[in-house]
This record gives sequence, structure tokens and C-alpha cells, in this order.
Amino acid sequence: MTQVIQLEGVAKRYDSVGTPALGPLTLSVEKGEALAVTGPSGSGKSTLLNLVAGLDKPTEGTVSVGGRRLNDLSEHALARFRREQIGMVFQFFNLLDDLTVADNIQLPAQLTGTARRKTAARADELMEVLGIQKHARAYPGRLSGGERQRVAVARALVNRPALLLADEPTGALDTASGQDVRELLVDLHRGGQTIVLVTHDLALAEACASRTIHLVDGHLALDTRAEAVR
Amino acid sequence: MTRFGGGALGRVIRSGVGRRRVQTVVIAVATMMAVASAVVAGSLVVAANAPFDHAFAKQQGAHLTAQFDPAKASAAQLKATREQTGVTASAGPYPSTTIQPEDSEGRRMPKLTLVGRSDPKADVDDLDLRSGRWATKTGEIVLSESFAGPAFELGSTLRTSDTEGSSTLTVVGLALSVSKTADAWATPAQTRALASADNPLTSQMLYRFDSAGTDKQITDGRKTLAAAVPSGALLGSQSYLDTKRAADQGAAPTIPFLIAFGVLGIVMSVIIVGSVTSGAVGSSLRRIGILKAIGFTPREVVRAYVAQALIPAAVGIALGVVLGNLLAVPLLDDTEQAYGTASLTVAWWVDIVVPVAALVVVGAAALVPALRAGRLRTVEAIAVGRAPRTGRGQWAHRAAGRLPLPRAVTYGLASPFAHPVRTVAMLLAVAFGTIAATFAVGLTASLTAVGEAQDPEDRAAVTVFAGGPGPQPVEVEPGASAEGNSEAPPADPARIRAAVEAQESTASYYATTQEEDVSVAGVTGSVAISLYEGDSRPGNYEMITGHWIDGTGQVVVASGFLERTGTKVGDTVRVTHQGDTRTLRIVGEAFDTEDDGMRLHAGMANFPKAEPRTFLVEVKSGVSPADYAEKLAEVVRPLGGDAMANSPSEQDNFALILQSMAALLTLMLVSVAGLGVLNSVVIDTRERVHDLGVCKALGMSPRQTVGLVLASVAGIGVLGGLIGVPAGFALHSIVLPVMGHAAGTDLPPSVLDVYVPWQLVLLGLAGIAIAMLGALLPAGWAAKARTAVALRTE
Repeated sequence: MTQVIQLEGVAKRYDSVGTPALGPLTLSVEKGEALAVTGPSGSGKSTLLNLVAGLDKPTEGTVSVGGRRLNDLSEHALARFRREQIGMVFQFFNLLDDLTVADNIQLPAQLTGTARRKTAARADELMEVLGIQKHARAYPGRLSGGERQRVAVARALVNRPALLLADEPTGALDTASGQDVRELLVDLHRGGQTIVLVTHDLALAEACASRTIHLVDGHLALDTRAEAVR
Repeated sequence: MTRFGGGALGRVIRSGVGRRRVQTVVIAVATMMAVASAVVAGSLVVAANAPFDHAFAKQQGAHLTAQFDPAKASAAQLKATREQTGVTASAGPYPSTTIQPEDSEGRRMPKLTLVGRSDPKADVDDLDLRSGRWATKTGEIVLSESFAGPAFELGSTLRTSDTEGSSTLTVVGLALSVSKTADAWATPAQTRALASADNPLTSQMLYRFDSAGTDKQITDGRKTLAAAVPSGALLGSQSYLDTKRAADQGAAPTIPFLIAFGVLGIVMSVIIVGSVTSGAVGSSLRRIGILKAIGFTPREVVRAYVAQALIPAAVGIALGVVLGNLLAVPLLDDTEQAYGTASLTVAWWVDIVVPVAALVVVGAAALVPALRAGRLRTVEAIAVGRAPRTGRGQWAHRAAGRLPLPRAVTYGLASPFAHPVRTVAMLLAVAFGTIAATFAVGLTASLTAVGEAQDPEDRAAVTVFAGGPGPQPVEVEPGASAEGNSEAPPADPARIRAAVEAQESTASYYATTQEEDVSVAGVTGSVAISLYEGDSRPGNYEMITGHWIDGTGQVVVASGFLERTGTKVGDTVRVTHQGDTRTLRIVGEAFDTEDDGMRLHAGMANFPKAEPRTFLVEVKSGVSPADYAEKLAEVVRPLGGDAMANSPSEQDNFALILQSMAALLTLMLVSVAGLGVLNSVVIDTRERVHDLGVCKALGMSPRQTVGLVLASVAGIGVLGGLIGVPAGFALHSIVLPVMGHAAGTDLPPSVLDVYVPWQLVLLGLAGIAIAMLGALLPAGWAAKARTAVALRTE
């Protein structure tokens, strides 16, 4: 199978002394795989996600995503890489409050210069699928947590990314909304979307992921594969 | 005081100042520039207020300068005059005489009043020694500063007359008498030695009176003095009111200019200091919420944030006062030259009022948002502080999103609407900067046009004189006699004309003569007239109304003449020249400030006795004026004439002073405007750092981030330009006529209508440039900010 993510001896230090926040770590994620990254606070989960998203650069080792070595890319190329290859979902949604739901979803596509009509059609399609069509002209501040996270997922998918990165996507949601998002991620994985999911929630990892890695103090402590996604 | 006590509050203040270093530095720098500009502006406004009166008071100027005959009144008698009723102080008697010196090149100066004084200090007319030292021995002279220039520097020598055996004096100092009591000073012994039968010795006395506000009071004082000395001892006198009138007329044109720039500077400083401070406090709401959550009282929060704004602002204010004083030195020096007055300095109270006012503005600007923050419920403060979640500007984002522009740009364009007050402050800063730039460009163009409009004879390629060797440029003291100018027996104009016509390379020419002794019915005393022969259109003055002379029976006059005689274009005047009286019709009002605007221009054919003294020649295409003049000079010199090529006329000193002042003031105001924008964008970028992080995480490139930040000020720049250019244009059209009126003339269209469309467009773009330059630095910071860090920022 095709490898979407390839980490070779990756380590990340935030200061020159002490132990690294992550690694050295070698890891690969294949296309269509849903990888859950679990671990206690400070274990290096978010650092791993930032490295894969090209938001940060490793101190050692190489990070390749979709066959591109991120270490060598300029900031401009990394931005292009993110908008074309990556969709990101955050714990606190990170929606832009002064843009409508539809505008938030369209934003990544607009940054790539995609035609307006195509962008709007894709956003409509996603809102329809995610059940947020009626909120298209609303502002994020008026939506519930679950609805906001659906908007965030729609925004993450608008450019049909090869890789969806989710950082504690249910962490700020109530139980019912968390369940909604969990089902959404399961559906996406079933549809063949490659996902890297950072979570404290073992139930979410079990439900969504085909593979789970557990980090402790920046090191890989456990790497397990589920037989099938429920 | 709560359990936090002063220590906790102090730590909060210190950490608040230290944590936001960039913003702290920007507040300090913006405040510094604003205060510096206010100090300069305030000083200029103060300097514009009755400059002669201030300088006169500083020097204890002489209300009356009187010359006595030493043969009729002894020194003791003259000293005793200080006891007369109404006399509050006197100085003298000083020996005084007149000399007409030659410089080291043999050029004759105008007649100078030389006064023998052993000391520049005195109870009356306390002279300012501007450079060098006072004359202490024979052979030394101190000149009035107005003679300073390449011909007369410290160390230059001059001969006291062109006669054999005349003395040689060395210029050892340059001094300024606001009362204009003399043109030069030497030791009393030297002065006495230079007196002669032609230039007899007189005794100069200087007086101050208890009442000297009107001509009548001065006349009364004079009468009292005349009665106190033997009959006929008082030879002449000069009232300070005449000097004041001349000085005020000279200074008047600069006053509207300085006030315009001064008011611009002060208003802008208040706006910038206010917006910088309130923006800084307003952007700290989240931290305020946290402080309240851990137990700070609203009052402590207010104190903490007002203090956090005051600390960098106070540093900026202190530095601004120093910088303002330094910047004011060259500007006030220029102002001194323009006014011809004594040392102008930054008024002491400006150095107190400006920083105190700045502290009040900073305090008030900080207090309003701090009070608001103090009143906010803790939860609200924390929630509000995360980002601008006010809901303001959402419509702008919807509207901008429809524009056919890149998304990063449309996102940036809508951003200012989230903070209307901050945006208005930024808009005003840009608008004021643009007003200053527009006004300065217009003023410079107008002053250049004034320079070009004066001395139209200089437009001719070659000037041929029929009056002996060509006149050498000599600085003439205003009011000093021009009798001393070099004059040789005039050549025969007909032979000069024939010589000009005989030159193959002559394309065209006209002739002119200046007559000083013409009388006009209804005008007291004589007036000057320029008479023209031939087609004088190439040398015509700029016309304010009507047209240039194109036939006999016509006269063109200046604005001053129309005003003083109550005439208008179309009226007739009776002009008498050497016994010939003609009735001439006024066909035009010319922009001519010479001779106090009283000079007439008419055709020479009106007055048969007039003869041309100067021929203004245009040479054929491809001919060098210098070569032509050299060749012609060889022909006309033996006839008693001379010829010289004209160099493009240089701008006069006054215009250059105003232009350099305008450039410096504009640079300062534009810098303040740019700093205001910089501060606002820094605050805005800080507030939006999380949103920018989100955008970058979604794939916004550094270039798009820069575009977003720049676009957020582009609209303000455009609007600032749209407001600033017409306002600057209007300011120019208001101030220039006032300046002209103060100089005693109306202004022609060439001086008033100086803006051209492309220039206005460029000036409009200046608003955008100010905004962009101010935003460039924070835009770069935003682009370079690490996305992962930005995403963690709350």
C-alpha cells in the first residue's frame, strides 16, 4: 500500500538541553489508514501532529508526507503543501468568527485560487453531507459546539486533502456532540480518508482508528492495529 | 489596598511593560515623535506670534534712534536727556558717521551707518553678536548680520572708501540690531577717525520711552528730547515703529505657513498619542480578565493599565522633548533668517506644557478603556479578550468576500471594520500626513513659481547694459541708500542698439529703463516706473488680472498700487516723468512685489525723454548666450556699455528657507503618521495572531499573510488620501492668499494653481504609501510568526 506519512528518526527539541519533546521516532502511515495517537499530556502528541502538518520542523530526522520531504520546503511551499494535502480539525474549532459558516468552509479553497463557483459548490456539498446547510449564512458564534466542529471538518475537507489531521476533535464537546463527531470520522475513514487523530479519548480512538500508537515522554510505547473499524 | 498590595501591582505593571516589548517600544517611539513634533509645532506657533516684538523686547530695542550734532550738544548734555519725562532708559552718546566701503574685489557697497561702540551690551539696543567677536581696536569692524555672505565673512577686509589712503578694516564679527540702529560698528576711536567733511561725525543716542505704542507718542518723545538740547542739535531720528512695520511685513508671509504646520502637528500629535495609548490598553482585555479572576479589584486594574501605558509613554515624552528641542534648532534658525530677528529658542513653557499635555492625553486615553475593562465582568473580559468577538465588521467581510480579489486581500480589506475607533484614529493619522505632504508640495511649487515670476528680465538670454560696466551683485540693506551702486556715465543707447542689431545671432530684443523719480497724481512722494521699448512680452510679469502693456497710453501696476490708490484695472492715472505728464489707462495688475508693490510698467514711447538703459536679447537657436555676450561685450565696452549672459535666476533665500522648513516639517508629520499606523497594525496583528495562525494552518502563505495585513490598511490609505489631498489642496488655497496678502500682493494663477492632476493622484497615493509603510513591519512579523505558536496563542 502507498505510504502517506513517513517519519525517519524524527526528534523535536524545543531547547538545546534536556530530553526531546518527541522521538527519535520512526513511523509510517499508509493511505486509507486511520491512526489514533494517544498518550498523556506532554507525551509529544501535538508535536507529532505539528510536524506532520508542516507547522513545525524536526530537530532531527526527516518527515515526508505524500512523498514530499517537508524538511526541505520553504514556508511558502509548506503553505501550499498544507492547503493542497492537509485538512486540519482542532479541539477548539479555530473558526474565524467574523466569517459566515459558508465563508469559513470556502476559505482554504479560496486560498488556492479555486474558482468561486467550484468552491461554493464544494462547500454546499459538504454542508449538505454534514447536515449544516441551514447554518450556511450564520456566524460560528451562534452554533453549538458540535455544529462548529462539523463546520471545521467541512473546512478541513474542502480541498479534498490526502490527509486529515484531527487534534482532540471531541475534547471541547459535550457527550452528544462528541458522538456526532465520532460518527463523522468513522464515516470519513470508511470512505477511504487517511486520518491522523490525536486524542486522550480511548473510546474515540477505538471507534475511529484502524491503528493506535501510544506515546510516552515522546517515545512510541505501543503500536496496535484494530482488525476492523466498527 | 487589597492583599495584593503595591508589590503585586508593581510586578503586574512591570511584567505588562516587559512582556509586550514590541508594543512598548512602539508606544515609546510614537509618543516620542508625536511629542517632538508638538514641541516643534508649538515653538513655531510661538515664534510666529509677534516675532519683532519678542526680539525687540529681548534686545531692549530703541524706541527712538536720534542723531545729534556734537558741535551743538555736548556728551554731558546728551547724557542728561535720559532724565527727561517719559524716557525710561537711554544709551549713548555713540560717535556715528557714514562710510561707503569697497570690498576686497573693489566692489562698492551702499552707504553704511557706522556707530562707535566699545561694547555690544547696553541698556538700550543690547546687540546680539551672532558670530565672531566685538571690535576692540582700530582696523576692526563688526557688520550687521544682513551683510553676511560670501563677500563678507569673518576675516574679510574692506576699504572704507575708494579714495587713496583710505583705511582697511577687517570684519571681526557679525551682529544683529533688531532696532536697526546701525549697519556696522567699530570702536569709538575708529569711528571718529573715519569721519570727514563729507561724512561728518554725529552723536547717536538711543532711547526707550514709558509710552511708545503710537506714532504720536514717539513724536511727543522726540519733541521733548529736541527741546532738551540746544536748538538745531537734533539732526534726525528714526522711530522703531517704522522698523517694526517693515519687519512685520517681512515676517508676515511666514506666519500663516507656520501656524498651518504648527496646528497640523499639534492635532496630529494628540490623535496619535491618544490612539496609541487607548489601543494598547484596549488590546489587553484578556489579561485584565485574568487579573480580576485572581482577585484584583477594578480600581487596581485601572491603575495597573494606566501605569502600563504611562511608563513607555513617559519615556517617549522625555525623549520627545529632547528630540523636539534638537529639531527646533534648525527650524527656528530658518525662522530667524526669515524674520531677520534675534535668537529664537524653544519657549520654556512649551517644554513644560507639551509634556504635561501629552501625559494628560496619555492618561485620559488609557483611562477610558481601562475603566471599561475595570467595569467588565471577569468572564466577559476573558471572553472578549480572546479576539475581537464583537460582531462588528461581519457585514464588511460578507461584502468584501464578493470582490473579485484574492481571498487574503478581501479578508484584510474588511478587517478595519472590527475596530472603528482605532480605524478612525489611523485614518486621521494618514489623512493628516497626506494633508501635510499635499500642502508642502503645493507650497514648494508656489514658492518656485514666485521665484520664477520675479525678475522676468532674467529670462532673456543676454543682458546688454548701456550704463557702463555691468552692475555687480551687492547685498543692499533694506532701506539703505542705493546711491552707492556703481554707476558710470551712460553710453549712447542708439549706438548700443545698433551694436545689438548688427549681431548676426540676435533673434529679438527689447529695451528697458528703470526710473525712480516719477510722480503719480494722488500719490505722495515719487514712485518707480519700468519703461519698455519694443516687444516686451518676453519679459512681462505674471498677470493677476488684465493684460501686459501692448501699446501707448497703457500702464500695468502692482497690487499694492491698486490698494493704496483705490484704483482698479480700467481706471486711468496721471503720470509725470521729467516734466511730461501723461494720462495712462491701467490695463493689468502684475505680480510685482518690488518697491512695496508701487512700481509702474509702461511703454517708453509715452515719455519722449526716457532712454533705454538695458537691452534684453534673445539669441538665435543653437547660439551660446555666453559666446554671444562675450562677442558683443567687445563691441559695446568701448562705447561705455557691457554685455553678460544671464544664468537661470536663483531662488531667493526666503523661498529656500520656507521650502526647507516645509520639507522638514512634512517629513516629521509623515513619520508620526507612519508610526501611528505602525502602532495600530501592531496591536491589530497581535490581536489577530491566533486567527492568522489558523489561516496559515489552512494554507495561507507568508506572501498572502503580508497581503492580508497590508490590505487591512490599504482602504484606510485610500480613504486617507481621498480626504488628505483635497484638504491639503484647500489648506494651500487658503494659506497662500493669506501669505500673499501679508506680503502686500495678490497672487497670480501661476502661483496659486500649482497642482497638476498627476501630482494630485501621486499625492493621493502618498496616503496609501504612509499606510503601507507603517504596516510593512508588522506584516513581516505576522508572516514570519510560527504557526504552531500562533495557534496556541489565546
